[in-house]
Amino acid sequence: MDGIHDMGGMDGFGRVQPEVNEPTFHADWERRAFALVNGVLTLTGVNIDEFRHAIERIPPARYLASSYYERWLLAAETLLVERGIVNREELNRLAQPEQVSIALPAIPPKVLPAKARLRAKFKAGDRVKVRSIHPLGHTRSPRYVRGKTGVVRGVRGIYVFPDTNAHRAGENRQHVYLVEFSARELWGRNDRERLMIDLWEDYLERVERSTTVNGKRNSVPAHGKLREKKARTALAPTGRSNRNRSRSKNSGTSETYKPEKRRQQ
Amino acid sequence: MSEHDTSERGPAARVKALEQLLVEKGLVDPARLDAIVDTYESKVGPRNGARVVARAWADAAFRKRLLADAVAACAELGIAGPEGGHLVAIENTPRIHNLVVCTLCSCYPWPVLGLPPVWYKSFAYRSRAVSDPRGVLREFGVELADDVEIRVWDSSAEQRYIVLPERPVGTEKMNEEQLAELVSRDSMIGVAKVTAPGKSR
Repeated sequence: MDGIHDMGGMDGFGRVQPEVNEPTFHADWERRAFALVNGVLTLTGVNIDEFRHAIERIPPARYLASSYYERWLLAAETLLVERGIVNREELNRLAQPEQVSIALPAIPPKVLPAKARLRAKFKAGDRVKVRSIHPLGHTRSPRYVRGKTGVVRGVRGIYVFPDTNAHRAGENRQHVYLVEFSARELWGRNDRERLMIDLWEDYLERVERSTTVNGKRNSVPAHGKLREKKARTALAPTGRSNRNRSRSKNSGTSETYKPEKRRQQ
Repeated sequence: MSEHDTSERGPAARVKALEQLLVEKGLVDPARLDAIVDTYESKVGPRNGARVVARAWADAAFRKRLLADAVAACAELGIAGPEGGHLVAIENTPRIHNLVVCTLCSCYPWPVLGLPPVWYKSFAYRSRAVSDPRGVLREFGVELADDVEIRVWDSSAEQRYIVLPERPVGTEKMNEEQLAELVSRDSMIGVAKVTAPGKSR
């Protein structure tokens, strides 16, 4: 969902204000809330994606007005009620009714989960574009990268897909990739900045060659060596083949990780 | 904002009542909750990460293993746990400065850094770390040369990141324990540099 939690790139929240010698918890209730919510997660058997989504379903005004551990508490209350472990009347007795969160409904994705895809669709050096999706349910594809083009820098392995897992609509295991974006692509600035983010395969689509990225020709071949060779012959006078070579050298820092099972609750 | 609200009508009362309700139902065990608090208040914290960094500075082979597989390298020091199963170490160099954020919530590498500070969870940091990292760093008193590239890591999937800061000059004779003392939590998130003793940042 395109909720208030998806804050990357927003303005207006002011300066970051670090606290000197900050304690782990600022009040006893934060201690108890942290532990209790951990206990509730075990108790309800919710997975981490459901928990995150329960936080995202806090109505925006309430989300902004709540501290971190308050949001945890609101999410735990939501999940306890939805799982039928505590009923709303019991919760209302605990506090002023207006303090208890009425969460936004969870809207499951329409796509049906597929079988685990064990073969990685992309490899280090591939140009990819983040799909411009706007699911009503949970997603870990932040708005600020959607529609943007980046370069795969590593293949992380196979992980449970949050968009379906948060709705108990299947694990839909698939590859996760480390993708790099330039500040120019994301923010229209030329600064020496890059954004590195891990994205699930379903968030990404291949950028075919001959599309333009950041005003430059994309020089990464899209299909196989053979086509690349043909194209290179045709384009040789432009020096493209050299550029290809240096690029693939740079992307040789491929961080390949063993496929691992994602943490399960 | 009610970041530290302790009024009886606020979250303090609700947590207390909710805990009571769940204990009455026999669903949670208060002793277990105490143990969770104790773990994160006194056992897990940035000293763990500092040990990892100091070892990497002192032992080139360990540094290499850490950058290749941070989970396995941390396990060598007995460091593991929730939110650390997919830990990745990223190295600062004279040309590259790394900064870690989670824009969608506040994902953080608990086993090496403990629980995140309030500023890391703040809307200001979550929103601007990706779009204005130089400005954010300036707010932490870190001024980077123009030719230093900033890499911002948005830990929105399962990977969790720890920054391996640059070892400051003038620490060549220090042992691992002394080095660990120099390493701040903020330097492992990427919002501070590590300085040698006697030097201000």
